[in-house]
Amino acid sequence: MGILEVKGVGKRFGGLQALGDVNLSVAERSVHAIIGPNGAGKSTLLNCLVGKLIPDTGSVLFDGQSVLGRSPHEINQMGISRVFQTPEIFGDLTVMENMMIPCFAKRDGAFEMNAIASVLSQRDIAAKAEEMLVEMNMADKRDMHASAMSRGDKRRLEIGMCLAQEPRLLLLDEPTAGMARADTNNTIDLLKQIQDERHITIAIIEHDMHVVFSLAERITVLAQGTPLVEDTPDNIKGHPKVREAYLGESTAAA
Amino acid sequence: MLGLTRKDTTILLIVTVLALGAPFLLNPFPISSPLAQFNAGYPDLMQRFVIFGIFAIGFNILFGLTGYLSFGHAAFLGVGSYAGVWMFKLLGMNVIPAILASMIVAGLFSVLIGYISLRRSGIYFSILTLAFAQMSFSLAYSVLTPITGGETGLQLSLNDPRILGQSVTPDGNIPVPSLFGLEMGENTRLVISNWVFTFNVGYYFCAVILILAFYLSIRIFRSPFGLMLRAIKTNQTRLNYTGLNPKPYTLAAFVISGMYAGLAGGLMVAMDPLAGAERMFWTASGEVVLMAILGGAGTLIGPILGAGFIKYMENIVSKINETILHNWFAFLPDGLEDIVVSMVYPFIGKGWHLTLGILFMLVVIFLPGGLVEGGQRIGRIFRRKKKKETGDGSGATTVNPAE
Ligand SMILES: Nc1ncnc2c1ncn2[C@@H]1O[C@H](COP(=O)(O)OP(=O)(O)O)[C@@H](O)[C@H]1O
Ligand SMILES: [Mg+2]
Repeated sequence: MGILEVKGVGKRFGGLQALGDVNLSVAERSVHAIIGPNGAGKSTLLNCLVGKLIPDTGSVLFDGQSVLGRSPHEINQMGISRVFQTPEIFGDLTVMENMMIPCFAKRDGAFEMNAIASVLSQRDIAAKAEEMLVEMNMADKRDMHASAMSRGDKRRLEIGMCLAQEPRLLLLDEPTAGMARADTNNTIDLLKQIQDERHITIAIIEHDMHVVFSLAERITVLAQGTPLVEDTPDNIKGHPKVREAYLGESTAAA
Repeated sequence: MLGLTRKDTTILLIVTVLALGAPFLLNPFPISSPLAQFNAGYPDLMQRFVIFGIFAIGFNILFGLTGYLSFGHAAFLGVGSYAGVWMFKLLGMNVIPAILASMIVAGLFSVLIGYISLRRSGIYFSILTLAFAQMSFSLAYSVLTPITGGETGLQLSLNDPRILGQSVTPDGNIPVPSLFGLEMGENTRLVISNWVFTFNVGYYFCAVILILAFYLSIRIFRSPFGLMLRAIKTNQTRLNYTGLNPKPYTLAAFVISGMYAGLAGGLMVAMDPLAGAERMFWTASGEVVLMAILGGAGTLIGPILGAGFIKYMENIVSKINETILHNWFAFLPDGLEDIVVSMVYPFIGKGWHLTLGILFMLVVIFLPGGLVEGGQRIGRIFRRKKKKETGDGSGATTVNPAE
């Protein structure tokens, strides 16, 4: 059984069936890509996993436990971190302060009412955040306003913030969308490095086939809210149904 | 020093000097000069500066850090006032228990209102707090009259029990608030040629509390808790997906700022033991919003500056009348004098609200960071000039959030 088990998930917005009957199993420590044309329901599926949306039908199990009915922060505390389609960072804070917040929010996410204890641990937290910035190659930007950075740097910071929490499952929603080629390649390298060094399970939604085929071990193709096929990258490349539904228009671009 | 960075220590020292030196600093003009009317070094006015400063510091902890705009903070100030007067009536005239009671009761009241109002954010939160404050105001005038004294306000009387003190002084009067026997109303005058400086016990009591309250707010701003509050203002989504529930933090900030308001209310009655419901009216809540924004919301010293500025205008600019204006412009030819006076007059005296409104608009449009940002810009211009003189061209800019 995979670390993430999605069974029969459906979600309807008014008259639109955004997700039909989605079944998905993500194996622990693998990189699983979800691809599909615009409006296929990829982001909606992700929203159902992290508690932003509650699916109408079906179940979502993370590590054997249901995530349904829990609020986003509780699901995060279970060990799921999410990177958004447009980077969600603390724009008004400095890069260093951005990184300190996930370091404070240990996995148990306890609200530190004991102000003295949290002040005392501030130095350790700062050290940990600094370490993480060095690892993300952003230490020179530590005092910059996060909102003043490039899209690529914001993405890098957001990924770093997710990693600082030591999640077990990292969800990425089109991490390279709107990025320049160089930033895209940096992001691929970063994700590869994360996979090699941290052995975190990664589920990634991506439009850019170059990114998908550089990273994924398994690929699920989603079209109109239902999974079309699930297979290894090599098989997906040659799959006639996929070519017809999706790749036909974008292999040329990739 | 005191766990603060050098910069924060400097700000604390500035506030300390301003607060302790106010009787001198606010009395620059000799009494014989025509400018003496701009002096603000009177005990009751200085007390107001400091008390509203405390109110604004507390408001800024909520609004400046989390971005939640409460439009009902005067309710906590009013509740604090009532609690303080009740302590004077029941317990005795010592100001310490009165102020503690003000803070505790205002704190409890803000737990209740905060818990409900914080279920919404943005404009809905503001409307909820406004509704609660107006409700408290109406209740104070109607069904709660036995507790609040209704329209006459809550006053001390000769029949109050005051179990730890005396109901009546030996000469048959109502006793006055005091700090272990030191009466709040006591004044010492210092006359230096044409200057008269008044040192008031009550004022210095308030000033010391202001300094402590300001120190605490610096510590809150710089603490992990303060960081979390600023994170709430910036991006609640990311906070949620970082495993943190913003609610308890926001509620804690709300209660802390409610207790600051209660403290201000307690100090008001410690200076003048009378509490009325008009203190909870929505205009009073609006005033503290103006103070914070005018001075610079989210900055440390801004709210104090804003409070001082508005209270100065309210009490000094509002007193300038037509005769005084005619005196000022007497050097102009008669016809011109009348024209100038009639043009200036709408903006001063009773028209000071108009000036305040215009200033507020200008600040919001051109100086979103308030007076503090104005000061920083001026400082930067001077620094740039100095750099040019020394030939140092490095234009490194660093970011100082929540300075
Ligand atoms: N909150 C929402 N309310 C209504 N419709 C939505 C909502 N979110 C997504 N949709 C619709 O659901 C479909 C799938 O959207 P989405 O999951 O964002 O697709 P994508 O695969 O491009 O990420 C789209 O047609 C979109 O318009
Ligand atoms: Mg999407």
